[in-house]
Amino acid sequence: MNGSAIAASGLRKAYKDKIVLDGIDLDVRTGTIFALLGPNGAGKTTTVNVLTTLLTPDAGQVVVAGHDVVTQTRAVRAAIGVTGQFAAVDALLTGEENLLMMADLLHLPKAQGRRIAGRLLDRFELAEAAGKPAASYSGGMRRKLDLAMTLVGEPRIIFLDEPTTGLDPRSRRTMWEIIRELVAGGTTVFLTTQYLEEADELADRIAVLDQGRLVAEGTADELKRRVPGSHVRLRFTGRHELDAAARILPGSARDDEELTLRVPGDGGVRSLRALLDRLDRHSIDVEELSVHTPDLDDVFLALTGNANKEVNAR
Amino acid sequence: MNVIADSGTMLRRNFRHTMRNPMALFNGVVMPVFLMFLMVYVFGDAFSVGVDYADYATPGLMLTTICYGIGATAIAVNSDMTTGFINRLRVMDVSRAAVLNAHVIVTMLRSLVAIAFVTGVAFLMGFRPSASFAEWLGVIGIVVLTVFAIGWLTVAFGLAAKTPESAGLAAVPLMLLPFLSSAFVPAGKMGPGARQFAEYQPFTPIIETLRGLLTGAPSAGSAITAIAWCAGLALVGYLWARASFEKRA
Repeated sequence: MNGSAIAASGLRKAYKDKIVLDGIDLDVRTGTIFALLGPNGAGKTTTVNVLTTLLTPDAGQVVVAGHDVVTQTRAVRAAIGVTGQFAAVDALLTGEENLLMMADLLHLPKAQGRRIAGRLLDRFELAEAAGKPAASYSGGMRRKLDLAMTLVGEPRIIFLDEPTTGLDPRSRRTMWEIIRELVAGGTTVFLTTQYLEEADELADRIAVLDQGRLVAEGTADELKRRVPGSHVRLRFTGRHELDAAARILPGSARDDEELTLRVPGDGGVRSLRALLDRLDRHSIDVEELSVHTPDLDDVFLALTGNANKEVNAR
Repeated sequence: MNVIADSGTMLRRNFRHTMRNPMALFNGVVMPVFLMFLMVYVFGDAFSVGVDYADYATPGLMLTTICYGIGATAIAVNSDMTTGFINRLRVMDVSRAAVLNAHVIVTMLRSLVAIAFVTGVAFLMGFRPSASFAEWLGVIGIVVLTVFAIGWLTVAFGLAAKTPESAGLAAVPLMLLPFLSSAFVPAGKMGPGARQFAEYQPFTPIIETLRGLLTGAPSAGSAITAIAWCAGLALVGYLWARASFEKRA
């Protein structure tokens, strides 16, 4: 099974006259992690709410697990699990009671519900706290319980809206581990995040959402290559080589102290080969070569920043 | 049949909440009992209402008890909404009826327990009703109907409010309404404006009906008005709650 788990086209949503989603197209392959990256207010949660049947889109088509979210709501709901932005656990119930309540609402037989709850408590290292009210849990434990509650129904597609916002670094790593395990088991994960590191770390594909529009989509590497600013750094053994190279590579920046030359370029194989060929033709020896691609932070700022400028110019 | 099973599950949950948070019930009892002391012992002799003041004030205090107990419901419903708990249930296809019914039923049970307690205190303070068994059944019927109506309104308030704090405030007007009704003094003795308000607001016919039943002199007119008000308020509350539930994601 390697089709689309989630496919959206021309998705639009506005509240009164405020456009929140302005024509979104998405395609998430089954069994992959897809990250929707964007600053606060970009429309991430609205996107999740539409994909999970909580909101009806104004326009566009959304197919989740092979079913239309508007006309086949029930079939979609049966296939998905959602963990919202805030840990939606019942604070007055214990961890175990929360899970058993989910099992009851899914109409699982009592014994099966208890078995699943026990397994999830073990898996998420909540067994010790199972009998304590969730109000006494730490933020990380609440998120884990929240996700465990989503997993009681064994959904094929899981939506995680900012799953690690507000978590300490250790809890964040634990959450990442859990998400990776889910996908290893064949589940599709759609997550939103405002952390580039998280998207970089987890996602097979990333879409950048800004002011209701997708401003970029691709793998982390593809996105990094899209921003200008990547360059090749060449280091030479002596001043002579540096001078020679600077002459044949106009537009490069030299550092006499370090004996290095920064050559702008996308770091792709083709342009690298051209660069090396050129140096070869002039018999210039390069001691060391490194490709510097901007990290996702650069990408993010460049992409969302440009979009802002566009808007301001209008 | 999922609605019934789900309602049971949600009811169990809300019942556990009440048992683990006894303050909600406690708050719902303390204020009415305090008011009763204040009215009957402190002010009571100053009001001449024609009958023993404990007998006069108890029906109004029954209603007041409902109003003091519902703040907890509005807050609970609202936090279900704002924490995403209701969204979680919606995505699981749990029916709206199950979620909201459970809140209304638990509110009713809590109010009825509080009213029974407050009425017990009233007996200790000299409340001597002359109602027959059938009239007592009538009293219970009107009380249940009123709690039902106010329960739905409260659930609607809770769903519509933006924050738990504002949801809690939604109960305040209801706490004040009894003072502008015939709960503590007859409407006829109020100043102009207040008198008309007291005569036409829903609590007055409800209280008059209870008072009539408890003193063994039921009035069919106020009973019909009371039942009509309850039915109307329950319907408004139900429709409003349903609309808010669907709308907010």
